[in-house]
Amino acid sequence: MYQIIAKETLTPVTKMFVISAPEVAQKAQAGQFVVLRVHEKGERVPLTIADYDRDEGTITIVVQEIGKSTRLLGQLEPGDRLASFTGPLGRPTEIENYGTVVLVGGGLGIAPIYPICRSLRAAGNHVIAIIGARSGDLLFWEERMRSVTDELIVVTDDGSYARKALVTVPLKELLESGQTIDRVWGIGPAIMMKFIALTSQPFGVKTIVSLNSIMVDGTGMCGACRVSVGGRTYFACVDGPEFDGHLVDWDLLLSRQRMYRDDEAIALERFSQPESQSNREAR
Amino acid sequence: MARSSRSSIARHSMAEQEPSVRITNFDEVALGYDLTTAVEEAQRCLQCRHSPCVSGCPVGVRIPEFIKALREGDMWDAVAKLKDKNSLPAVCGRVCPQETQCEEVCVLAKRGEPVAIGRLERFVADWEREHGIRVPPVASSMGKRVAVIGSGPAGLTAAGDLAKLGYDVEVLEALHEPGGVLVYGIPEFRLPKEIVKIEIGYLESLGVKIRTNVVIGRLYNVAELLESYDAVFMGTGAGLPMMMNIAGENLNGVYSANELLTRVNLMKAYQFPEWDTPVRVGARVAVVGAGNVAMDSARSALRLGANEVHIVYRRSREEVPARAEEVHHAEQEGVIFDYLTNPVEILGAEGWVTGMRCIRMSLGEPDASGRRSPVPIEGSEFEMVVDTVVMALGTQPNPLAFSQAPGLERNRRGAVVADSATGRTRLERVWAGGDIVTGSATVISAMGAGRVAAMDMHAYLMGQSRGPWLTAAEPA
Ligand SMILES: Cc1cc2nc3c(=O)[nH]c(=O)nc-3n(C[C@H](O)[C@H](O)[C@H](O)COP(=O)(O)OP(=O)(O)OC[C@H]3O[C@@H](n4cnc5c(N)ncnc54)[C@H](O)[C@@H]3O)c2cc1C
Ligand SMILES: Cc1cc2nc3c(=O)[nH]c(=O)nc-3n(C[C@H](O)[C@H](O)[C@H](O)COP(=O)(O)OP(=O)(O)OC[C@H]3O[C@@H](n4cnc5c(N)ncnc54)[C@H](O)[C@@H]3O)c2cc1C
Ligand code: SF4
Ligand code: SF4
Ligand code: FES
Repeated sequence: MYQIIAKETLTPVTKMFVISAPEVAQKAQAGQFVVLRVHEKGERVPLTIADYDRDEGTITIVVQEIGKSTRLLGQLEPGDRLASFTGPLGRPTEIENYGTVVLVGGGLGIAPIYPICRSLRAAGNHVIAIIGARSGDLLFWEERMRSVTDELIVVTDDGSYARKALVTVPLKELLESGQTIDRVWGIGPAIMMKFIALTSQPFGVKTIVSLNSIMVDGTGMCGACRVSVGGRTYFACVDGPEFDGHLVDWDLLLSRQRMYRDDEAIALERFSQPESQSNREAR
Repeated sequence: MARSSRSSIARHSMAEQEPSVRITNFDEVALGYDLTTAVEEAQRCLQCRHSPCVSGCPVGVRIPEFIKALREGDMWDAVAKLKDKNSLPAVCGRVCPQETQCEEVCVLAKRGEPVAIGRLERFVADWEREHGIRVPPVASSMGKRVAVIGSGPAGLTAAGDLAKLGYDVEVLEALHEPGGVLVYGIPEFRLPKEIVKIEIGYLESLGVKIRTNVVIGRLYNVAELLESYDAVFMGTGAGLPMMMNIAGENLNGVYSANELLTRVNLMKAYQFPEWDTPVRVGARVAVVGAGNVAMDSARSALRLGANEVHIVYRRSREEVPARAEEVHHAEQEGVIFDYLTNPVEILGAEGWVTGMRCIRMSLGEPDASGRRSPVPIEGSEFEMVVDTVVMALGTQPNPLAFSQAPGLERNRRGAVVADSATGRTRLERVWAGGDIVTGSATVISAMGAGRVAAMDMHAYLMGQSRGPWLTAAEPA
């Protein structure tokens, strides 16, 4: 079970995996995530479901390699098996015919908005997506995104590809253009989601974000993933991960994401030493 | 041996790791009896005709009988007598609150110290494990399928009993490791995980299939299970941590006990970075609460390197709900107990805990439950300097498993309403037992509930007891 069927390098820091998980694929919906362990001593890593194929029985994930666990995952090849794979977790995106919707995917956030765009479009919405990355080489899935949207706007921070702008710039232009926008989704790094929410707030357009707080079980049992929304504490893994971006306490999320920074550095350093004990064992 | 000489033998203590040594490791604290000590302790039992001890045990372990077999040297018979009523004796011998159960009502307790029933139980179970567990005969398959949700003591017991009767049992567990609280909650130094693994391996040898990584309420729901199984047992426990809802509770450095213990036990954070999951425990730790969960958190914090660990409890020592042995061990290890103290705010700087503002309490008149309720003493607020706070305030049933289970009635505290005599819920073909029904209780009561439900499920599935379906609901 949980065998890797295919792997693709999307950018220098992002890899895509197609994983055999027939039961999860049957049930997966846009907006949900999985928790996987790469090896027996591994962390439980939460990753968004970027795509699912019910016929093939597969789940697609896109991973940005930032620390030890994601780099270990990045080293796996087709044929390898994961130690565990649990899902689907979290509440699905609320799919309805809202009218015109704008989905903003920054960096890695392109992957999670893809299935949401597809579902929203199938529900009859006019789907506009804005995708962006720091530079052109970090951008992926442009064609895929085009296939599930009515309009696609591409930007890069440095202008090395497409238009030079932050994702919030075209979002603001759309909101100011006078056309009715019924709902916005913003997914990406927490700091980007914060600015997406701040951009749409003056226009009063409801904006949904997907909160990537630190998680352990993903089933509502530990409270590691606590977030504050509208002054109330929620467990992101079961109450979310999607919440109303205008009500999120962003500073708390950003602060809690840093909780293990020192330990993560230790893990990564040990992992990166070429012949360290943990490195050999991990393979 | 004469009765008088039996009662003149003093209760045998059990070897333990020295406190100064054991707080530097996660190895088991209590080392168990050797054969000679066990037999001598067994000699103390008076073999009372009415055996009050048995009625003190929630599953009615045949205590005098297994003790008799033990002292006569017939170990396999002791094993058989013990396991007749208790399928996880190595666990119960270690974690049962014996002093409020079997040992409390032992006749010797009235005149001095009770027979060390728990320690003997542990000894017999450990002996069996060392000599190779024998698998009892299992009835051939009846072609009926039962789903058991959750692999804690309630689910495992129900699964084992049903498998022995010839049902095809599948245990569906959300986490990647089966065992429930036995693997993610109770620490290694109290209950080695290897023991839990072996007990689970025994159940698998009975034919129980365990499927991990299956989250009911997400991957499947109860309504779907009823389509593909003849009966469903819900033993999902009480895994939802309660918080105090005071200011500062979301600061970095504030843990629910469940998170701290899950990181340490299930994810082996005490072996970080060899294992990948980290845990952050600072130099000064406050654990709020005084149950087993609080003791486990405090003692884990010490072992993770904390210099000073406080138990902050709003009542007094008399009301402490933890097992006596845990409190004793925590005191030996240097945990500081701040009784009649309650946090009102957690203080922080730059996102991290720096202290906790507390208020002193006094005990007022007894309330309806007979417990004296704590009342804040005005003007007694003070600050504690701490960098880590662990909330061990209790847990409630996690509602996840209930999604798409219309008809399942739950009470105000989120617990499932089930008949304590049968385990039947309001939803036909669905039984429940353990912490999901009672709220956080004990391993042995969860096992008892699993057994009761298994028996009733058998009667129902054999067509001997079709209805009425839950007439008298137990107020939980
Ligand atoms: C619901 C959800 C969906 C996610 N989807 C994706 C995705 O599709 N693709 C992707 O690449 N990443 C995703 N993430 C983030 C991903 O889980 C983390 O990047 C990963 O756990 C980092 O582990 P590491 O050991 O490689 O890095 P580390 O060095 O351990 O951590 C780097 C940073 O990642 C975050 N992080 C660390 N541990 C966890 C954890 N247990 N849970 C959550 N965040 C953590 C922290 O902010 C940390 O500072 C998602 C997170 C959540 C909660
Ligand atoms: C730290 C700690 C220390 C304790 N110490 C003692 C002690 O010393 N002595 C004692 O007698 N008792 C002790 N207890 C209490 C005792 O452990 C519990 O009463 C007992 O484990 C309850 O058993 P259970 O089978 O009902 O549930 P649990 O042991 O909680 O098991 C429930 C299982 O169901 C799984 N589950 C939950 N939701 C789902 C879902 N939706 N889908 C699939 N699976 C799901 C969970 O992951 C878990 O594995 C302690 C509890 C804790 C937390
Ligand atoms: S199971 Fe627990 S209560 Fe029963 S006899 Fe054993 S130790 Fe005592
Ligand atoms: S009550 Fe005590 S002495 Fe009597 S049979 Fe039970 S264990 Fe033995
Ligand atoms: S990750 Fe544990 S409760 Fe959300």
